[in-house]
Amino acid sequence: MSMVLSLSYQDWLNLFLQFASLSLLGVGGTITTAPEMHRFLVEETHWLSEMQFSSSIALAQSAPGPNVLFVAVMGWNVGLNAGGGLAAGPPAWWLGLLGVLLTMMGIMLPSSILTYSATRWAHRNRDMIAVRAFKAGMAPIVIALLVATGWVLTAAHNDAARDWKLWLLTGLSCLWVWRTKHHVLWLMLAGGLLGALGVV
Amino acid sequence: MHPQNPGTTALREPGSKTELFLAFNFMALQGVGGVLAVVQNEMVERRRWMTRVQFLEEWSVAQIMPGPNVVNLCLMFGGKYFGLPGALAALAGLLCAPLVLVLLMAILFGGIADLPSAQGALRGMGAVAAGLIIATGLKLASALPQNAMGLLVSLVFSSLTFVAVGLFRWPLAWALLGLGSVAMAYAYVRLKRSAIVHHGDSA
Repeated sequence: MSMVLSLSYQDWLNLFLQFASLSLLGVGGTITTAPEMHRFLVEETHWLSEMQFSSSIALAQSAPGPNVLFVAVMGWNVGLNAGGGLAAGPPAWWLGLLGVLLTMMGIMLPSSILTYSATRWAHRNRDMIAVRAFKAGMAPIVIALLVATGWVLTAAHNDAARDWKLWLLTGLSCLWVWRTKHHVLWLMLAGGLLGALGVV
Repeated sequence: MHPQNPGTTALREPGSKTELFLAFNFMALQGVGGVLAVVQNEMVERRRWMTRVQFLEEWSVAQIMPGPNVVNLCLMFGGKYFGLPGALAALAGLLCAPLVLVLLMAILFGGIADLPSAQGALRGMGAVAAGLIIATGLKLASALPQNAMGLLVSLVFSSLTFVAVGLFRWPLAWALLGLGSVAMAYAYVRLKRSAIVHHGDSA
């Protein structure tokens, strides 16, 4: 699974620039730019294998923390590949961390600077009708986007005969979180266990 | 013990940057499959830093600004109380521990990625995560009756967006720019009209 790349300074810079250029495009969540990352990392530069790319996303989804960390895992894998894989020891680990640093800085800096300054402005002008209209108008859209995201994730499993148990699990999880105040961590563990045992 | 309507109970403010750091750290570590559900629960229902209505407003802004939503939210929230240092404290809380954890998981998973049970576990957790995201949307919908556009119009916009993005798979930007700008224009007209009616007696 491990591959050996040799990356020049220019390549590392490009890695940073690629993610920095995607930063401002990630409206509605960084995950919406994943197809573009795939094009760059897998198809164009071959810095990541198909398997490494998809497992980076799946891993970050199942780990605690913001989803954007899938970018860090990708950076880590690019760095490891450049250093000859995990088994190559500390030099590869350092390159992995360099990858994390460059991809995360790239994806976070431009959007964070913009968001911070724009929202400070909006907060100072929060009584302006335009600012209030923005918030009121966007609220129903945002709610629907959440429901749609869950729907799209569920509908990706589209074989009713095989996947009805997954749908049931999604439905029950939804009810559980919506209607009770129990901790979601237990639910996640249960889901992981059911999956590992092959029940769903 | 559990207030049924957080909108009417007294709100608190975060006391210090350390509290922000620790609180976001705590939220991030609980948030498996995305932090939003936990953040909503923690900020609105447990810590009562904001009402559901306020949360929804802040979340809308965090959503439409480029960048990771939860990162945007914590920058905005930290910045509101403590300026740039507050924003950075919240951000550090959100990212540091989960970053270390996810890299450790990547190292561990590298060895077992091909096992059917490891892939099954990811599948099962993915299904739970999907339910979690939907439930968060449903919870936030309880704030819609207070929306300036009125409940009915809000629900129409919600339904249209769901059909466009969930069923027809339009690109997100279209939904945000297309439906979003129509909704904002309508909200603007409504707010403008009520501002004229209440002219003089509104604070």
